[in-house]
Amino acid sequence: MDIKEITILGGYDKFGNPERVRELTIKKGEILGVVGPTGSGKSNLISDIEQLAQGDTISKRRILVNGEVPPVEMRRDPRKRRIAQLSQNMHFLADMTVEEFLLMHAKSRGIEKDGIVDKVIKLANKLTGEPIDKDCPLTILSGGQSRSLMVADIAVISDSPIVLIDEIENAGIKKHEALELLAGHGKIVLVITHDPVLALITDRRVVMKNGGMKEVIETTEEEKEVSRRLGEIDNWMLMLREKVRHGERLTLKELELFC
Amino acid sequence: MKIVIVAGTPGAGKTSLLIHTIRHLKDRGCHPAVVKIDCLYTDDDVRYKKLGVPVLVGLSKDMCPDHFAIYNIEEMVEWAKEQNADILIVETAGLCHRCAPYTKNSLGICVIDATCGPNTPRKVGPFLTSADVVAITKGDIVSQAEREVFRERVLEMNPRCRIYDVNGLSGQGSAEIAKEILECKDVENLENEELRHSAPLCICTLCVGETRIAKKFHRGVLRRIDGFMKYVGE
Repeated sequence: MDIKEITILGGYDKFGNPERVRELTIKKGEILGVVGPTGSGKSNLISDIEQLAQGDTISKRRILVNGEVPPVEMRRDPRKRRIAQLSQNMHFLADMTVEEFLLMHAKSRGIEKDGIVDKVIKLANKLTGEPIDKDCPLTILSGGQSRSLMVADIAVISDSPIVLIDEIENAGIKKHEALELLAGHGKIVLVITHDPVLALITDRRVVMKNGGMKEVIETTEEEKEVSRRLGEIDNWMLMLREKVRHGERLTLKELELFC
Repeated sequence: MKIVIVAGTPGAGKTSLLIHTIRHLKDRGCHPAVVKIDCLYTDDDVRYKKLGVPVLVGLSKDMCPDHFAIYNIEEMVEWAKEQNADILIVETAGLCHRCAPYTKNSLGICVIDATCGPNTPRKVGPFLTSADVVAITKGDIVSQAEREVFRERVLEMNPRCRIYDVNGLSGQGSAEIAKEILECKDVENLENEELRHSAPLCICTLCVGETRIAKKFHRGVLRRIDGFMKYVGE
């Protein structure tokens, strides 16, 4: 099935009040931001989409694909689900090596390609400082390594038309590159973020409050400019971070560029 | 009467899932009765009673809870009939996790927890491999990739089962489990009902209280570490 759009039909917030936003459609090629304080229900919104909820989750939201209720197999079978999710859950519990895990995941998605493990690991190692080896047990990977591996897994193995991303900025990985890799081209992307640079990259963002969708805000031209300039500050911070990481000293002179 | 047998690892969320499922069943006008089989202790009957359904508790003590359940199934069905129930739900605790609690015409539901890792489906026995329905709980705690790997491993062990992601806290997936129960057939007579898989084997003097461990005291059906099995005794 060619997925052109998904629609979120509003349910109820934490207090049982109907959500203010009753219907929200996200089209192919759009990146939608999801913002709101901690505990406001951002992760639940993402997980409703991941499960293609049909009024059977706490929020009672319903998710339509191309304007229709998706078929049951699409909900149940990961080979037909076509949704990739990068969750906040960073720790692996599976007692397997990186290689075994990736092969098994590829199998669960119905993919059998030679060299797929190397491809994922190579990509993951571009995003993280400490390289991952395919013989590593999954459970000893650091937070940043796990996150990078999952980003690369989504880009290669669970390459899907719908991508859901939960707080990529907390992972200690290169977030812009990660987002570029995940968003690809012509996908439907939802990004939960507290980071103004990422939030303002999107064209629209939905604001969450008390477990419900409160409103949808369009990003203004001025905000886009703010995002661009914040991006420069961000890169500057990154550069300073790398220097510290590599044991260099920082001087007041380095601040002059921005402060 | 429909007989539903629910088995799974401790703490996987069997009772929580069943509480949501029973609500759905009651909403559809059904009258379920619940038997909870545990080994040493349970207070789950209090949780079930809050739903207003008849509850019976069986503690198997030092006996395998599945053996205990099988030896008592006719009494359980009689009891459920007296309660005017149309569905008997037997929730059994498992002891060695190689349980084989399902009978041919009951609906066998295995509840297993995604956080126990994708190697677990290989380590447990017929309670997973002979189930009709596998309900995977706590999927919200692991990543999507790990959830999918877990599901794949379950399918490797039991290719015919129907898998549902369920959540004992929110009740997600319980409507689908209720639908499975509504669609399963009645068990017509227990006289000819059989287990799907033989129960874990152990017939020896340890079972009836022998505590001495030296080889000369071993009696019964014994399996040695080299795989050789023999009977010692009269």
